[in-house]
Amino acid sequence: MSKYIVNSAAEQQEMLDELGYGSFEELFRKAGVKVQAEVDLPAGVTEYEAYEDMRNLAKKNRIFKHVFRGAGSYKHYIPSVVKNIVSRNEFVTAYTPYQAEVSQGVLQGIFEYQSEMCELTGMDVSNASVYDGGSAAAEAVMMCVDKKHHKILLSKGINPQYRAVVKTYHQFSEDIVIEEFNGDFEVDDDTAGIFVQNPDFYGNIIDVAAVKEKAGKAKVVVIANPLALAMIEAPGHLGADIVVGEGQQLGMPMSFGGPYLGFMTTKKDMVRKLPGRIVGQTTDKDGKRCYTLTLQAREQHIRREKASSSICSNEALCAFTAAVYLAAVGPEGLYEVADTSFQMAHYMADRLSEIGFETVNKGPFFNEFVSECPIDAGELFKHLYARDVLPGLLLSNNRILWCATEVNSKEEIDWLIDVIKEVL
Amino acid sequence: MSLIFEISRKGRRCAQFPDRKVHQYELPENLTRKQLDLPEVAEVDLVRHYMGLSRLAFGVDNGFYPLGSCTMKYNPKVNEEVAALEGFNEIHPLQPASTVKGALEALKQLQDALCELTGMDAMTLKPAAGAHGEFTGMQIVKKHFVASGHPERNEVIIPDSAHGTNPASAAMNGLKVVAVKSNENGGVDLDSLREAVGEHTAALMLTNPNTLGLFDENIEEITRIVHEAGGLCYYDGANLNAVMGLVRPGDIGFDVIHLNLHKTFSTPHGGGGPGSGPVGCKAFLAKHLPDPVIGENGFEYSEDSIGSVRSFYCNFLVCMKALTYIKVMGSDGLKLASENAVLNANYLLSRIKDIYDVSYDRVCMHEFVLGLQRLKDETGITAKDIAKGLLDFEIHPPTMYFPLIVHEALMFEPTETESRETLDRCAEVLRHLHDLAYSDPAYYEGVPHTTVVSHVDEVTAARNPILKYEK
Repeated sequence: MSKYIVNSAAEQQEMLDELGYGSFEELFRKAGVKVQAEVDLPAGVTEYEAYEDMRNLAKKNRIFKHVFRGAGSYKHYIPSVVKNIVSRNEFVTAYTPYQAEVSQGVLQGIFEYQSEMCELTGMDVSNASVYDGGSAAAEAVMMCVDKKHHKILLSKGINPQYRAVVKTYHQFSEDIVIEEFNGDFEVDDDTAGIFVQNPDFYGNIIDVAAVKEKAGKAKVVVIANPLALAMIEAPGHLGADIVVGEGQQLGMPMSFGGPYLGFMTTKKDMVRKLPGRIVGQTTDKDGKRCYTLTLQAREQHIRREKASSSICSNEALCAFTAAVYLAAVGPEGLYEVADTSFQMAHYMADRLSEIGFETVNKGPFFNEFVSECPIDAGELFKHLYARDVLPGLLLSNNRILWCATEVNSKEEIDWLIDVIKEVL
Repeated sequence: MSLIFEISRKGRRCAQFPDRKVHQYELPENLTRKQLDLPEVAEVDLVRHYMGLSRLAFGVDNGFYPLGSCTMKYNPKVNEEVAALEGFNEIHPLQPASTVKGALEALKQLQDALCELTGMDAMTLKPAAGAHGEFTGMQIVKKHFVASGHPERNEVIIPDSAHGTNPASAAMNGLKVVAVKSNENGGVDLDSLREAVGEHTAALMLTNPNTLGLFDENIEEITRIVHEAGGLCYYDGANLNAVMGLVRPGDIGFDVIHLNLHKTFSTPHGGGGPGSGPVGCKAFLAKHLPDPVIGENGFEYSEDSIGSVRSFYCNFLVCMKALTYIKVMGSDGLKLASENAVLNANYLLSRIKDIYDVSYDRVCMHEFVLGLQRLKDETGITAKDIAKGLLDFEIHPPTMYFPLIVHEALMFEPTETESRETLDRCAEVLRHLHDLAYSDPAYYEGVPHTTVVSHVDEVTAARNPILKYEK
């Protein structure tokens, strides 16, 4: 069995002999290694057997035919061309593009991603990605605080998972204080940043301009849904200083939570506080336009313990996927996806309220909303699971956070209402 | 090459979406976006644009990639097919545990295999990359001392040869970095270590084999010194590819470890991620692992956990690729992989060390570091010049100028998935480049000469940043 090792056993022996070791044992002994491990794992199998084994595990997962759950992970249609392009081996098997001369493809791809994210969010600069939406929010904290401003205010409208990540990240930083607010907030001299999510975790579209006005000198950080930005005003046009969020909606499957895409954009004057990789345009010695990793003096491999973040590998291929997706759908397509998701969610909210599920959202919402469940939600969910429906996410107080996207149809929602009626 | 924005033409379309025949809802005017300028291209033009970019990219599948410390081994294609299975792609992270039994079982299998390989008692797959794993591991260390009433233990000892991510991950958690020197063999200097440890020591953070590609012969003495001083030992698994099935970090005194599935376990690097950085620990630290952990009934949360370090559980598809690899390799194959990684590195080194200076002349592990100071002194040709020269021969350069303790460093890691001929050719090219430094130094003016772009002006890029397309 090759096990992906190229040289045959005979060649390995020849090489060992040529080097004067005779055996691997001797080679490791000379390298100063006391070999002591006996690893108790199964012996290797063929590719066929491993694939069958993995396929059987995949089969044990249930793929719901009707998905109405979002809460940070969304089922959208991914055009075939996107999947095809991003599976090219040249992109998939490349390392971080340190060697610009042979990495122009990856670098230009990321440069285009940065440009598209700036356009979507209305900001000046974007990094090449961070791990996901939660870690993007956590990294944004470091961009806000300075010697005179230590306090971060997190809206309780932010996805609870993101808030948890922000708190974990900074629990041991002596000079960062994280506080939460519900609806309204007060800034003082110590306030470094105000974090809001738009649309928020419950789907509500919030008034970013009003947040900016109240924030005064504190930075305004908007956690945005990039898909919603096809319809709703860009945070950058409303005064946001930093826009971050989850980019999974842009061409990545739900895949049980990852890999996803954390994006971060900001204003020009804050670029040196932005963590992670950044690609810049420049020229080569013949004056030809080209791209390179730039502003690396911010990063851990130069600044070591003085760097604001340790991020090295990010989610480059996911960022690339988002760029391909955005180019594949274009401005009209992105609007169609956003608007259809918006229309379907509103239609669903109306149909649900007709049968006694009162909508909790008071103002405008995007493609998620909360309704009161008139019966025991646990019972309802049991019924829906049996009918191949993944219903909304159950919140406290028997409330449900529903989601609709362009993959849901009017007929499917009508059918869902009929199915729910069976247990009312 | 044109940017996607430059081939855009108004009104062109690629992907289209069904009309769901509901249009009556409207967003309030004041919230509505007026203008969005994204590329408009037809599908064929989109494909040609990106095929054009793919020709300007270089991956392991294009050629030899001996990038030290990055373990650019071949990425098996079956892994990709597994990761594309519908049963892994089309599941929501917040589905009830009873509907994702296969996913949980697969993750459990991977956790258990990684525990067995590293000699750890517990493992989380949650961190999304190596540095994220380091950050998580340092949180566990910090939490352990805070929870056990020793917040004064706030120093992390890190060798001067370490990756930049190590000190950065420690500092992000309010831990103070104490550097220790390397000794004449490239290992940790024991006297410096004895001086550095004390009542403020939280942990030692170590890569072994270290970034010089050398196995520290004093490793058990090192971990004993730290433990006796009351500190923990953290193992940076960046170089695990040298010792799989041969040495388990948990057996030689390490308490916490992170791994890089995208290095050691063959998942592709994707041009800079997605990776996966599992963190393992000994039983007494397991309660501090990030929320949630995978228990008998799915995800479980703990009061003593450090909390959550990312939104959902893990880079799931990356984990599925790594698990497939482990199944194919098995205990026999993983050991053979490490043996061959070390053999290939020593073989390549043996072919060039008569003309290039090796930083520490010892039997190396899976990688080695050349120091080109003498070449630079004699010819003016630098490590960067040699690295760029390799590009003219379609070999990806090694890691340059790292570790920082070696002047004019070039770090080669050939991995086990390269043939003897590939190593021979690389050696020949390196010898040729060495000759040129003496016989024809003019070659190095504007090197590389055959790539699609020549020497890239990084200084202007940083001085006048152009970070997005402007019309």
